Amino acid sequence: MRITCPICGERDRREFYYQGAAVALDRPAPDAGPQAWDDYVHLRDNPAGRTRDLWFHEMGCGAWIVVERDTVIHEVYSTELAEKAAR
Amino acid sequence: MVKLVAKTPCEGLLPFSYGTVSLSEVTYDSLTSVAPFVGKNKAVADVFKAAGTPMPAVGRATGKDGQRAIWFGRGQILLAGLTEEGLEGLAAVTDQSDAWAVVRLEGENADAILARLVPLDLDKGVFKRGHTARTQVQHMMASITRTGVQTFEIIIMQSMARTLVHEFEIAMKAVAARR
Ligand SMILES: [Zn+2]
Repeated sequence: MRITCPICGERDRREFYYQGAAVALDRPAPDAGPQAWDDYVHLRDNPAGRTRDLWFHEMGCGAWIVVERDTVIHEVYSTELAEKAAR
Repeated sequence: MVKLVAKTPCEGLLPFSYGTVSLSEVTYDSLTSVAPFVGKNKAVADVFKAAGTPMPAVGRATGKDGQRAIWFGRGQILLAGLTEEGLEGLAAVTDQSDAWAVVRLEGENADAILARLVPLDLDKGVFKRGHTARTQVQHMMASITRTGVQTFEIIIMQSMARTLVHEFEIAMKAVAARR
Protein backbone atom coordinates (compact mmCIF):
# COMPACT_ATOMS: atom_id res chain seq x y z
CA MET A 1 0.00 0.00 0.00
CA ARG A 2 1.27 3.48 -0.96
CA ILE A 3 0.05 6.77 0.48
CA THR A 4 0.68 10.15 -1.13
CA CYS A 5 1.78 12.66 1.47
CA PRO A 6 0.70 16.13 0.24
CA ILE A 7 4.15 17.40 1.25
CA CYS A 8 6.54 14.51 0.48
CA GLY A 9 4.80 12.71 -2.39
CA GLU A 10 4.04 9.00 -2.75
CA ARG A 11 5.57 6.96 0.05
CA ASP A 12 5.61 3.45 1.42
CA ARG A 13 2.90 2.64 3.95
CA ARG A 14 5.63 1.78 6.51
CA GLU A 15 6.42 5.48 6.93
CA PHE A 16 2.91 6.19 8.26
CA TYR A 17 1.18 5.66 11.59
CA TYR A 18 -2.56 4.96 11.50
CA GLN A 19 -4.64 6.96 13.96
CA GLY A 20 -8.26 6.16 13.08
CA ALA A 21 -11.43 7.72 11.70
CA ALA A 22 -11.14 11.37 10.70
CA VAL A 23 -14.08 12.31 12.98
CA ALA A 24 -11.45 13.81 15.30
CA LEU A 25 -11.49 16.84 12.97
CA ASP A 26 -15.24 17.39 13.57
CA ARG A 27 -15.17 18.39 17.22
CA PRO A 28 -18.65 19.37 18.50
CA ALA A 29 -19.28 22.79 20.03
CA PRO A 30 -18.65 22.89 23.80
CA ASP A 31 -22.41 23.20 24.43
CA ALA A 32 -23.46 20.57 21.87
CA GLY A 33 -24.75 18.32 24.64
CA PRO A 34 -23.80 14.92 26.06
CA GLN A 35 -25.15 12.88 23.13
CA ALA A 36 -23.03 14.72 20.55
CA TRP A 37 -19.95 14.47 22.76
CA ASP A 38 -20.55 10.79 23.51
CA ASP A 39 -20.76 10.12 19.75
CA TYR A 40 -17.62 12.14 19.10
CA VAL A 41 -15.52 10.49 21.77
CA HIS A 42 -16.74 6.89 21.62
CA LEU A 43 -18.75 6.00 18.51
CA ARG A 44 -17.12 4.99 15.24
CA ASP A 45 -18.53 3.50 12.07
CA ASN A 46 -16.88 0.36 10.76
CA PRO A 47 -17.50 0.73 7.05
CA ALA A 48 -16.91 -1.91 4.39
CA GLY A 49 -16.03 0.53 1.64
CA ARG A 50 -15.11 4.18 1.59
CA THR A 51 -13.69 5.63 4.78
CA ARG A 52 -11.86 8.77 5.89
CA ASP A 53 -8.90 8.13 8.19
CA LEU A 54 -6.24 10.17 9.89
CA TRP A 55 -2.70 9.03 9.16
CA PHE A 56 0.51 10.49 10.57
CA HIS A 57 3.61 10.74 8.36
CA GLU A 58 5.63 9.73 11.37
CA MET A 59 8.84 8.59 9.66
CA GLY A 60 8.60 11.38 7.10
CA CYS A 61 7.72 15.05 7.42
CA GLY A 62 5.49 14.75 10.50
CA ALA A 63 2.26 15.88 8.79
CA TRP A 64 -1.20 14.66 9.79
CA ILE A 65 -3.07 13.56 6.68
CA VAL A 66 -6.71 12.78 5.91
CA VAL A 67 -6.77 9.71 3.68
CA GLU A 68 -9.93 8.70 1.86
CA ARG A 69 -9.67 5.05 0.95
CA ASP A 70 -11.65 1.86 0.46
CA THR A 71 -11.40 -0.82 3.13
CA VAL A 72 -12.60 -3.52 0.70
CA ILE A 73 -10.42 -2.97 -2.37
CA HIS A 74 -7.67 -0.95 -0.63
CA GLU A 75 -7.76 1.82 -3.21
CA VAL A 76 -6.66 5.25 -1.96
CA TYR A 77 -8.86 7.98 -3.48
CA SER A 78 -7.40 11.15 -2.03
CA THR A 79 -5.11 12.60 0.60
CA GLU A 80 -5.18 16.05 2.18
CA LEU A 81 -3.32 17.80 4.98
CA ALA A 82 -5.44 17.64 8.15
CA GLU A 83 -4.73 21.31 8.83
CA LYS A 84 -6.56 22.16 5.57
CA ALA A 85 -9.37 19.63 5.99
CA ALA A 86 -10.14 20.99 9.46
CA ARG A 87 -10.73 24.54 8.23
CA MET B 1 36.10 18.66 39.37
CA VAL B 2 35.58 15.76 36.98
CA LYS B 3 37.08 16.43 33.60
CA LEU B 4 34.57 15.37 30.95
CA VAL B 5 35.76 14.13 27.58
CA ALA B 6 33.70 15.16 24.57
CA LYS B 7 32.81 12.20 22.36
CA THR B 8 31.09 12.27 18.99
CA PRO B 9 28.08 9.94 18.48
CA CYS B 10 30.01 7.54 16.21
CA GLU B 11 33.34 7.72 18.05
CA GLY B 12 35.17 4.39 17.80
CA LEU B 13 32.66 3.11 15.21
CA LEU B 14 33.69 4.98 12.06
CA PRO B 15 35.15 5.35 9.49
CA PHE B 16 35.20 2.13 7.50
CA SER B 17 34.84 1.11 3.89
CA TYR B 18 33.82 -1.98 1.92
CA GLY B 19 34.34 -2.25 -1.82
CA THR B 20 33.93 1.15 -3.40
CA VAL B 21 32.00 2.81 -0.59
CA SER B 22 33.02 4.43 2.68
CA LEU B 23 31.05 5.50 5.71
CA SER B 24 32.39 8.29 7.91
CA GLU B 25 31.11 10.61 10.60
CA VAL B 26 30.35 14.26 9.90
CA THR B 27 30.65 16.64 12.83
CA TYR B 28 28.93 20.00 12.52
CA ASP B 29 29.75 22.79 14.95
CA SER B 30 26.06 23.00 15.78
CA LEU B 31 22.65 21.69 14.72
CA THR B 32 19.68 24.01 15.12
CA SER B 33 16.06 23.51 14.10
CA VAL B 34 14.16 26.52 12.80
CA ALA B 35 10.34 26.33 12.68
CA PRO B 36 8.87 29.57 11.25
CA PHE B 37 5.82 30.88 13.11
CA VAL B 38 2.53 31.02 11.19
CA GLY B 39 2.72 33.76 8.58
CA LYS B 40 6.46 34.35 9.09
CA ASN B 41 7.82 32.15 6.31
CA LYS B 42 8.70 35.08 4.06
CA ALA B 43 10.39 37.00 6.87
CA VAL B 44 12.46 33.93 7.80
CA ALA B 45 13.41 33.43 4.14
CA ASP B 46 14.64 37.05 4.05
CA VAL B 47 16.87 36.39 7.08
CA PHE B 48 18.29 33.27 5.42
CA LYS B 49 18.91 35.17 2.19
CA ALA B 50 20.71 38.01 3.97
CA ALA B 51 22.89 35.45 5.79
CA GLY B 52 23.99 33.99 2.44
CA THR B 53 22.30 30.58 2.52
CA PRO B 54 18.87 30.54 0.85
CA MET B 55 16.02 28.99 2.80
CA PRO B 56 15.53 25.51 1.30
CA ALA B 57 12.22 24.60 -0.32
CA VAL B 58 10.42 21.39 0.60
CA GLY B 59 12.71 18.43 -0.13
CA ARG B 60 15.78 20.58 -0.78
CA ALA B 61 19.01 21.50 0.99
CA THR B 62 21.15 24.58 0.42
CA GLY B 63 24.67 25.58 1.48
CA LYS B 64 27.92 23.65 1.21
CA ASP B 65 30.06 21.15 3.11
CA GLY B 66 30.13 22.10 6.78
CA GLN B 67 27.38 24.71 6.40
CA ARG B 68 23.98 23.50 5.32
CA ALA B 69 20.34 24.46 5.60
CA ILE B 70 18.31 21.27 5.24
CA TRP B 71 14.53 20.96 4.89
CA PHE B 72 13.75 18.81 7.92
CA GLY B 73 10.02 18.13 7.85
CA ARG B 74 6.74 20.01 7.80
CA GLY B 75 7.48 23.65 8.61
CA GLN B 76 11.01 22.92 9.78
CA ILE B 77 14.56 23.65 8.60
CA LEU B 78 17.73 22.23 10.16
CA LEU B 79 20.72 24.54 10.26
CA ALA B 80 23.89 22.45 10.26
CA GLY B 81 27.05 24.38 11.08
CA LEU B 82 25.23 27.69 10.56
CA THR B 83 24.34 30.25 13.22
CA GLU B 84 20.80 31.55 13.55
CA GLU B 85 20.93 35.29 14.13
CA GLY B 86 17.97 37.58 13.51
CA LEU B 87 15.19 35.02 13.93
CA GLU B 88 13.82 36.30 17.26
CA GLY B 89 10.03 36.57 17.02
CA LEU B 90 10.00 34.92 13.60
CA ALA B 91 10.58 31.24 14.33
CA ALA B 92 10.94 28.65 17.07
CA VAL B 93 14.70 28.05 17.25
CA THR B 94 15.99 25.00 19.12
CA ASP B 95 19.51 23.75 19.72
CA GLN B 96 19.65 20.13 18.51
CA SER B 97 23.43 19.68 18.53
CA ASP B 98 23.32 16.76 20.96
CA ALA B 99 20.22 15.13 19.43
CA TRP B 100 21.48 13.82 16.10
CA ALA B 101 24.31 11.83 14.57
CA VAL B 102 25.44 12.63 11.02
CA VAL B 103 27.23 10.21 8.70
CA ARG B 104 28.47 10.46 5.12
CA LEU B 105 28.11 7.58 2.68
CA GLU B 106 30.42 8.05 -0.27
CA GLY B 107 31.58 6.17 -3.34
CA GLU B 108 30.46 4.36 -6.45
CA ASN B 109 27.35 2.28 -5.67
CA ALA B 110 26.41 4.30 -2.59
CA ASP B 111 22.82 4.38 -3.83
CA ALA B 112 22.79 0.58 -4.12
CA ILE B 113 23.51 0.39 -0.39
CA LEU B 114 20.74 2.84 0.48
CA ALA B 115 18.36 0.85 -1.74
CA ARG B 116 18.67 -1.99 0.79
CA LEU B 117 17.84 0.19 3.77
CA VAL B 118 15.44 2.93 2.62
CA PRO B 119 11.89 2.55 1.20
CA LEU B 120 12.35 5.47 -1.19
CA ASP B 121 13.71 5.83 -4.73
CA LEU B 122 17.08 7.57 -4.32
CA ASP B 123 18.28 6.98 -7.89
CA LYS B 124 20.28 9.92 -9.23
CA GLY B 125 17.67 10.49 -11.92
CA VAL B 126 14.99 11.46 -9.38
CA PHE B 127 16.95 12.25 -6.19
CA LYS B 128 19.58 14.73 -7.31
CA ARG B 129 22.32 16.71 -5.61
CA GLY B 130 20.65 19.13 -3.22
CA HIS B 131 17.58 16.94 -2.79
CA THR B 132 16.68 15.81 0.72
CA ALA B 133 14.01 13.59 2.25
CA ARG B 134 12.67 12.63 5.64
CA THR B 135 12.22 8.87 5.51
CA GLN B 136 13.49 5.81 7.33
CA VAL B 137 16.68 3.74 7.40
CA GLN B 138 15.40 0.29 8.38
CA HIS B 139 13.22 1.13 11.41
CA MET B 140 14.91 4.44 12.24
CA MET B 141 13.58 7.85 11.24
CA ALA B 142 16.18 9.69 9.22
CA SER B 143 17.00 12.67 7.06
CA ILE B 144 18.84 11.81 3.83
CA THR B 145 20.48 14.42 1.58
CA ARG B 146 22.35 13.85 -1.65
CA THR B 147 25.35 16.16 -1.36
CA GLY B 148 27.25 14.87 -4.40
CA VAL B 149 27.02 12.53 -7.38
CA GLN B 150 27.69 9.53 -5.13
CA THR B 151 27.67 11.18 -1.71
CA PHE B 152 24.88 11.20 0.84
CA GLU B 153 24.59 12.69 4.32
CA ILE B 154 22.33 10.75 6.65
CA ILE B 155 21.07 12.21 9.92
CA ILE B 156 19.72 9.90 12.59
CA MET B 157 18.78 10.24 16.26
CA GLN B 158 21.98 10.15 18.25
CA SER B 159 20.78 7.29 20.48
CA MET B 160 20.58 5.07 17.38
CA ALA B 161 24.07 5.80 16.04
CA ARG B 162 25.45 2.35 16.83
CA THR B 163 22.46 0.61 15.22
CA LEU B 164 22.77 2.81 12.14
CA VAL B 165 26.44 1.93 11.73
CA HIS B 166 25.61 -1.77 12.20
CA GLU B 167 22.87 -1.68 9.53
CA PHE B 168 25.18 0.10 7.09
CA GLU B 169 27.99 -2.35 7.70
CA ILE B 170 25.73 -5.30 6.80
CA ALA B 171 24.42 -3.60 3.64
CA MET B 172 27.88 -2.40 2.55
CA LYS B 173 29.41 -5.86 2.97
CA ALA B 174 26.56 -7.46 1.00
CA VAL B 175 26.81 -4.99 -1.90
CA ALA B 176 30.63 -5.32 -1.99
CA ALA B 177 30.38 -9.13 -2.04
CA ARG B 178 28.17 -9.04 -5.13
CA ARG B 179 30.50 -6.91 -7.23
ZN1 LIG C 1 5.28 13.80 4.48
